[in-house]
Amino acid sequence: MAKLEAGQYPDVASAEATTWGRRFARIEAVSTAIPSVKILALETSTDFCSVSLLVGEDIHSTGENAGQKHSELLLPMVDEVLRGAGLAVSDLDAIAFGAGPGSFTGLRIACGVAQGLAFSVDGRCIPVGSLEALAQASGGSRVVACTDARMGQVYHAAFERNGTDWREVLSPSLCSPDDLPELPGGGWLGCGSGFDRYPQIMDGAYRSEVEQVRTGMLPHAREIALLGARYLAAGRSVPSAEAAPAYVRNKVALTMKEQA
Amino acid sequence: MIILGIESSCDETGVALYDTDAGLLGHTVHSQVALHAEYGGVVPELASRDHIRRLLPMISALLAKHGYSVRDIGGIAYTQGPGLAGALLVGGSVASALGYALSIPVVGIHHLEAHLLSPLLSSPAPEFPFVALLVSGGHTQLMAVKAPGDYDLLGETRDDAAGEAFDKTAKLLGLPYPGGPALAELAQSGNAARFRLPRPMLDQDNLDFSFSGLKTAVANLTQQLGTQQLGTGTTECSQQDKADIAAGFQEAIVDVLTAKCVRAIDTTGMSQLVVAGGVGANRRLRIRIDAAADKAGFRVFYPPVELCTDNAAMVALAGAMRIKHGQTGALPFSARPRWDLDSLPAIA
Repeated sequence: MAKLEAGQYPDVASAEATTWGRRFARIEAVSTAIPSVKILALETSTDFCSVSLLVGEDIHSTGENAGQKHSELLLPMVDEVLRGAGLAVSDLDAIAFGAGPGSFTGLRIACGVAQGLAFSVDGRCIPVGSLEALAQASGGSRVVACTDARMGQVYHAAFERNGTDWREVLSPSLCSPDDLPELPGGGWLGCGSGFDRYPQIMDGAYRSEVEQVRTGMLPHAREIALLGARYLAAGRSVPSAEAAPAYVRNKVALTMKEQA
Repeated sequence: MIILGIESSCDETGVALYDTDAGLLGHTVHSQVALHAEYGGVVPELASRDHIRRLLPMISALLAKHGYSVRDIGGIAYTQGPGLAGALLVGGSVASALGYALSIPVVGIHHLEAHLLSPLLSSPAPEFPFVALLVSGGHTQLMAVKAPGDYDLLGETRDDAAGEAFDKTAKLLGLPYPGGPALAELAQSGNAARFRLPRPMLDQDNLDFSFSGLKTAVANLTQQLGTQQLGTGTTECSQQDKADIAAGFQEAIVDVLTAKCVRAIDTTGMSQLVVAGGVGANRRLRIRIDAAADKAGFRVFYPPVELCTDNAAMVALAGAMRIKHGQTGALPFSARPRWDLDSLPAIA
C-alpha cells in the first residue's frame, strides 16, 4: 500500500462524488499527528454520505451517494468500518464529524450520531469544518472553498497551508456569488460546489486571484478524520453534549415584525 | 430494565427514565414556546436546532438526578413520527447511535400510541378497553384503545385541530402566541350566549370534526363589531366583545367535543373515556364532559397535564412495552413524519 501524505490524493473526493450510488470501501495509509490515534469520522453535509476510521496510519473508508437516506446508511457504515477493524466505540479516542456548513438536516444527523456514540463512553467529539475538509482534499496549499448554499448564496472560506495544518485566511461565511470576500494575493486554488454552480465567479471577482478550479468535489469523511486527528492533538475536541453543527446560515425565518 | 425515552417530534424536547419494574422514575420537558413566539408559530428549522442543543444535556442531567450512569440504560425509545421530519431525526440519530454503542434495543415509537398509553402512567389508570379523545394543537382524534398496540381510529378532524383553532382564533382576537390558554382565560369573563357560533359536524352521524370554519366565523364577527382604527386601517373590537366572542367560540368547540365523546362511548359500548392532549386541560371542557359522563354513566380519566402534552415519559412507557415483547430496532433509522397508526404491530 502506497504511503500518502495528507492532502496528496486530490482526485479521490471528486471520483467518489461522481460515482453515484456505488458504495466505496477503501483502505489507505496516511501519516497522522498521533501514531496510535483511533478516530471515527462522519460526513453527511451533502448528498454524499461517508464514514472513515483512522487507526494510527491507516484509514478505512466507506461512502456512497445517499440522497435523502443518510439516516438509513450512516450507522450501518459505522458498523462496517468498526467491524472491519475489529474495534468497538469504546476503543476510539474521539468521534469527528463534518460540522458544516451544508445541509442542515445532514449536519444534525452526523452531529446527533457523533453525540450518541461519544456519550455512550463519556467520550469526546471533534467538529470539523466541511469547507476546511474540502481544502484538505483539494491538494492545494492556498485554497478557497465555496459551496452552494441554495437561495442564490454560497458558503465561502479561504485557507492557507501552515505546515501540516491550515490557517483560516477568511473564515466561513454566507455570501452572494456576485459579492465574494476579497482574496489576499493570488495563486489560489478554488474548489467546491459553489464554483460548479456559479461559473460567473471565475468570470468576475476571482478571475485573477484563483489560478485553478477543481470541479465536482464534495466533503468526505476521510479529510474529517485526518483533520480530526490534528484537532485532537491541538486540544480542539469537545464533550459530546457540546458538539454542535456550524450552520453559518443563522437567519432561517422572518419574525412577525419582519413579515409585517 | 431502565428505558430511556426521547421525544423531539415538534417544539418540545423531552427525556424520561422508565423502570420496567418500578415504573416512571422521572422525566423533563423543555418547551420551545418562547423561541417560536416572535415568529407566530413553530419554525421547524429552529425547532430542530434547539432539540440537538438540548437533548444530551437533558439526558445527562436526568441520569445524574436519579443516580444512574449511561451504562445502566437497558433500552431506548424515541418518537419516530408523526411530526416534523428534521426534529424527529434529532431524536432518532442520538437514540440510534447511543443504542448501537451500548448494544441495547432501540425502538421508534408512534407519537399517538405514546399519547394513547400515557393514561397508564397516572393513577387511577383506566383498564383496557377505553375510548380516548386526543385533543391538542396537533390532533383531534377519537380512538378505541382495545389493547396495547390495538387501536381503532373512530374519528378525527378533517381540517384544523381543536388546539390549532384555539390558537388561530386567539390570534384574530389579538392575543399573543400561543393564544389558546389566553383565549380560554378571556372566555371566563365573556357571555357565551351572546354569539351563537356554528357547531360544525355536530349533527352528522359520525365521529369526525371540522374546526376551520369557526375561525372564519370569528373573523367575520370581529370585522362586523370592530371599529376602524385611525391610521392603521385595522379594526379593533372592545374588550367585552372579544371576551364574548372567546366565550362563544369556546362553547362551540366544547359542545362538539363533548357530544362526539358521548357518541363514541355509545357506539363502542365501552365505559371509560380518557381525555388527553393539551386542550384536555381546558376547564370548560372538563366541566361539560364530567356532566355528560354523569348523565350517560361512563367514567372519565384526565391524566395530569404534564403527561397529556408532549413528553418522553409516555414514549418510554410505550418503548418499555414494545421492548418487553421483543421488539428491537435496526441500525438504519428514519423519521416517519406521516405514519398511519393502524400499521403498528400489536404489542400483546
